[in-house]
Amino acid sequence: MEKIPILKMGAFLLVTIQVDMHDRLAMQLQDDLTERIVSARARGVLIDISSLEVVDSFIGRMISNIAAMARVLDAETVVVGMQPAVAITLVELGLSLEGVRTALNVDKGMLLLQKRVANAQPGRRR
Amino acid sequence: MNSLDRAVLPIRSSEDVVRVRQMARERAIAQGLSLVDQTKLVTAASELARNTLEHGSGGEVEIVLLNDGIRKGVRLTFSDKGKGIPDIEQALKDGFTTGGGLGLGLGGARRLSNDFSIQSKPGEGTRIMMARWR
Repeated sequence: MEKIPILKMGAFLLVTIQVDMHDRLAMQLQDDLTERIVSARARGVLIDISSLEVVDSFIGRMISNIAAMARVLDAETVVVGMQPAVAITLVELGLSLEGVRTALNVDKGMLLLQKRVANAQPGRRR
Repeated sequence: MNSLDRAVLPIRSSEDVVRVRQMARERAIAQGLSLVDQTKLVTAASELARNTLEHGSGGEVEIVLLNDGIRKGVRLTFSDKGKGIPDIEQALKDGFTTGGGLGLGLGGARRLSNDFSIQSKPGEGTRIMMARWR
């Protein structure tokens, strides 16, 4: 069965979406990621959408849901690599992706996550 | 039979929604739409295709290349024999949803299109036309 791979990078999870997902695959990713945040005790999730040429309201809702579930599980979500045409379209569509931080690429996204995790709980030991 | 000028695709599964996106993209490229206009067209098509599947219980889309001698464009007409939309104005409002979604699909598709029209009555199905020009 097709699945979007989820990579563990230290305290963070990285998901790179490279296919035009049908809705069931998107729901599967949402569930898999939530499960993995718990099992890996992840502090952050990086969603790389640099290959996505279309983000519609269903995918937008998937991203918002992931961020909300991650937050409940004490993890931050950063979306990276949004294509300019996608950003322009999202604004016109009316999708705000509130509560979801964005970064230009995976490197910057990681830095963002590391900073937020360090600020949130200084001195916390894993 | 499908040609480049006019094609009809069934919308009966979530994989069909992906196919609609792909064909909308191909047609937009063929008509020379800019990347941003392509993206708006495909995104609007995705919203409407999903609506056809979920609210219309499946249907079809007709994709037509437009050329009025001066401009080129792409028109998609989504039709289904589902329950119809009782209040179109309400359905177009952002945030209104009967399917647990974000409620942005119908209004959003309209904002992303140059031409847009809805024909729908409860019990008579729904027909939504959207077009984007170069």
